[in-house]
Amino acid sequence: MSDTQYLAASTIEEAVNAHSKANGSARFLAGGTDLLVQIKSGIRKPNLVIDIKKIVELNSIEEISENEFVVGASVSGVNLNRNKKFSKLWPGVLEAFRLIGSEQIQGRASLGGNICNGSPAGDSVPALIAAGCIALIAGPNGKREIPIEEFHIGPGKTVLNNGEMLVSLKFPKREINSSDAYLRMTPRTEMDIAVVGCGVNITFENNVCTAARVSLGAVAPTPLLIKEASKIMVGSDLNSEILDKVSKVCMDLCDPIDDKRGTIDYRTKVAGVLFKRATLTTIDRIKGN
Amino acid sequence: MAKIQVSTKINNENVDYLCEPHDTMLDVLRNQLELTGSKESCGSGDCGSCSIILDGELVCSCLMLAAEAQGSKLETIEGMSEGGKLHALQQKFLEKAALQCGICTPGFLMASKALLDHNPSPTETEVRFWLAGNLCRCTGYDKIVKAVLEVADDMKESA
Repeated sequence: MSDTQYLAASTIEEAVNAHSKANGSARFLAGGTDLLVQIKSGIRKPNLVIDIKKIVELNSIEEISENEFVVGASVSGVNLNRNKKFSKLWPGVLEAFRLIGSEQIQGRASLGGNICNGSPAGDSVPALIAAGCIALIAGPNGKREIPIEEFHIGPGKTVLNNGEMLVSLKFPKREINSSDAYLRMTPRTEMDIAVVGCGVNITFENNVCTAARVSLGAVAPTPLLIKEASKIMVGSDLNSEILDKVSKVCMDLCDPIDDKRGTIDYRTKVAGVLFKRATLTTIDRIKGN
Repeated sequence: MAKIQVSTKINNENVDYLCEPHDTMLDVLRNQLELTGSKESCGSGDCGSCSIILDGELVCSCLMLAAEAQGSKLETIEGMSEGGKLHALQQKFLEKAALQCGICTPGFLMASKALLDHNPSPTETEVRFWLAGNLCRCTGYDKIVKAVLEVADDMKESA
């Protein structure tokens, strides 16, 4: 890393311009908990590291209208956790983000970094997909917005072009009788990478599901939005037959790898189980249990 | 290559230093400022032996660049005792033999201090989760957890 330059950008424009000029050899630095490890181990050798934590838009949590949040890409787990209203409205997103690493990591690691690192097993991503977040991106050609489920195109690969940065995540306005949950399976209870992760976000009124989004992580090259799940769940009372049916859909859509941490069969089966458990947890949260 | 000038406050003293863009905070603490209490064990944020408190948050000093500390307040193990008097956690770690080889100890003490700063009366489970980012290969953790819980109890009694 001895040739690397460091720049602390104070505006989005400054960061984007510096990144564009570096022509593919620059990296944005938020918490650094992935990037600095990658640099130390020689996986990445950027000529320029652009610190984006001092840019206001990236480091703020804003309630733009009642129950509608925009969270900056460099906000850390510790800081998101301190926003009591966000925590109450999006418990599943928060628990997913808070599962990442130790307290030391939580003090630095950013929500945007977990997304941009592009791991199929990133814990925050299924919860954000279930939440229905929109990614706000800035680049040399201006700003654009895309649904977060379209952000990843392969392991370590995202839609970001040269010079583009993830600025923030826009959450949909939180409706009443809605909640979310994220569950993951790891061989250890802490400090581990998901073998399967599942995010569920539901609106449930008078015993009828009126909106549902389900997402799975670590079971395919990218985190998945299970569109079929929403179709089956909406309009139902989420009885055990419905949950069995969706659980099967989840398992059918799994396309995981076989590795030391989980076989294809194991990951597939666990995906179905986690969907059911996360859904039951979400329903409990909506009912205030 | 031009060095970067950084102004910080470390253990309540104004400290300015020059660093290379690639220097980690831990590199500068240990090699330039001679604050060698923070240890480098894994260098990748897994073990917690380089833990410091940065603007009130517990972080691994190996996982941040020294240049990032511009304008920040840092607390390291060297600032934990006051006027030669050990911090209650340091004293309790000695009494309860919550250390053996000692390499992980500065990190555990900083992490424990950060915990009690944020949450003065943690449960045993909260202590164990909070300290999950600090690895110790000697003690088996139990004595460390008990020491932290006893300090929290002592603080309650004296409050």
